[in-house]
Amino acid sequence: MTPLITVKDLNVAYQEKPALWHVNMSIQENSRTAIVGPNGAGKSTLIKSIMKLIRPVSGKIEIEGRDARHALKRVAYVPQKGEVNWDFPATVLDVVLMGRYVHKGWIKRPNRKDESIALSALETMKMEAFKNRQISELSGGQKQRVFIARAIAQDADIYIMDEPLQGIDITTEKLIIGIMKQLQQEGKTFIVVHHHLDTVEEYFDHVVILNKTVIAEGTIGSAWRKENINRAYYEMSGSHD
Amino acid sequence: MMVEVLFVLIVTAMATSLLGVFLVLRGMAMVTDAISHTILLGIVLAFFITNDIRSPWLIIAASLVGVLTVYIIELVSQTRLIRQDAAIGFVFTALFAIAIILVSKYAGDVHLDLDVVLMGEVIFAPFNRIEILGFSIPNALWQLSIILLINIAFVLLFYKELKITSFDPKFAYIAGFSAAFIHYALMTLVSVTAVAAFDAVGSILVINFFVAPALTAYLLVKRMGSMIMLSLFFAVLNSVAGYYTSFYFDLSVAGTTSFIALITFMIVFLFNSNGWVSSRIQKARQKKQFNRAMILMLLNEQSHESLTQEEIMSHFNLTPKQFNRHIDHLLLNEYIEKQNKKYRLTPRGVEFTHYTRIKYELPEMI
Repeated sequence: MTPLITVKDLNVAYQEKPALWHVNMSIQENSRTAIVGPNGAGKSTLIKSIMKLIRPVSGKIEIEGRDARHALKRVAYVPQKGEVNWDFPATVLDVVLMGRYVHKGWIKRPNRKDESIALSALETMKMEAFKNRQISELSGGQKQRVFIARAIAQDADIYIMDEPLQGIDITTEKLIIGIMKQLQQEGKTFIVVHHHLDTVEEYFDHVVILNKTVIAEGTIGSAWRKENINRAYYEMSGSHD
Repeated sequence: MMVEVLFVLIVTAMATSLLGVFLVLRGMAMVTDAISHTILLGIVLAFFITNDIRSPWLIIAASLVGVLTVYIIELVSQTRLIRQDAAIGFVFTALFAIAIILVSKYAGDVHLDLDVVLMGEVIFAPFNRIEILGFSIPNALWQLSIILLINIAFVLLFYKELKITSFDPKFAYIAGFSAAFIHYALMTLVSVTAVAAFDAVGSILVINFFVAPALTAYLLVKRMGSMIMLSLFFAVLNSVAGYYTSFYFDLSVAGTTSFIALITFMIVFLFNSNGWVSSRIQKARQKKQFNRAMILMLLNEQSHESLTQEEIMSHFNLTPKQFNRHIDHLLLNEYIEKQNKKYRLTPRGVEFTHYTRIKYELPEMI
């Protein structure tokens, strides 16, 4: 099976300090892939590189054999909650509608059909009652649901999420995982930066273990082994900081 | 004829405050301050080339330097070595200083100053007139009306792009919208608008118009569209109030209008429904309610079914005055009753503690 996303010899540095080193990996189509690794392992840097938000020192990112730049519109990005200004004057529905902008191109405004798609995305995330709420009034879990509703409204086939389960309530966590599994049935692919080692097996079917470079990758069965985790989290720590 | 001064004020205020909304939302309010100083460099450089103080090139060069200012600020803050606010302070004083040095070194014999090229006094606006379709109107009114229309067209056309690049630039990039294009288009308009507005109403009022109405609106709205409309409303309100107040008391129009803008901002800041005053009142009320709920919760615990005044006071560290205020309220509303100098819950009080537990997600008493 040819992979959906291929990362070839990716090197990224922040001011001459390497953040990712010789990263070679691939993401299988229709997988739920977790990206795990200790703090400072370069997890966020890796997904941002895949989305071309960071200029690498060297390396290639390909989506179905072509440079990722051409396929970015197929990607729905769910950023960390702290990355946007939540005091921005917008309602929940306004933010979810932004998912539709991808299909509008320049200048054209979203229409009624886009609005109904956004509303049904809100319904999926059980947030329809909050549609006219100002986004600053939401709790952490609700903010995450809004971001995922925006990704659903975008109707992309690749979801890239940066720690979506960080600092949210257990109900939202279960909801997000349920939606993820349901959308996988519909053919979507998930790449998720994940922090909790104890839930990797339960929530994902593929994993990339990262610490500056790829320690292991593949299905949970083949890659999620104690020796790999130990290598990434314990043996390597200290040698890079 | 003096009413033309009011029209110039209103149109200038609308043209600037419309763009001011996006400057405020992007945390770039201070950029207007920088631009309103660095444009001197453009004027000086254009004067050296044209040698004509009346040349329109001076205005064009001023606008270009305005955009250049924004560009250099971006470059410096993108190094991440210093923050954007520091970059603004550094770039604007540096460019302004270059202009001052050039003037003192090479144009010492010419009176070349900002106020020679850019008049900056709205009272004089009616004297500089232009003939349009047989009507004689102040030049400033004509210029700024056109700029206002361009700004409105820009915001209407790129409304969605302005919104998404201000809120979530990374998402905008992935969605295929160039944040850089929107940014520099916006900053070019800001620069051109600033130069024209500077000429019409002066530097203090330009900065004030860019920032004050948008900030005031920001306190009141939950959507960007309403922020724009409300910002325009405050722009007009401040202009009208400033104009009439200045004439009534015989004060400077620019100074008075700026001051009125401060007053409308303070009124909204203090008295809107989420404002300083009401949030203080709300907090005090919540604290009172919480304290009373805690007294009821204490009486709901099995070992404390009835307590004396001293026991309650020492448990919550209350003064006799605080105690009386809380207990009087609870007695009056029949949450508690007093028997043999001891206080205990009424059925109504028991019911209240039940709902309080639900509200604070506390476990029910066994």
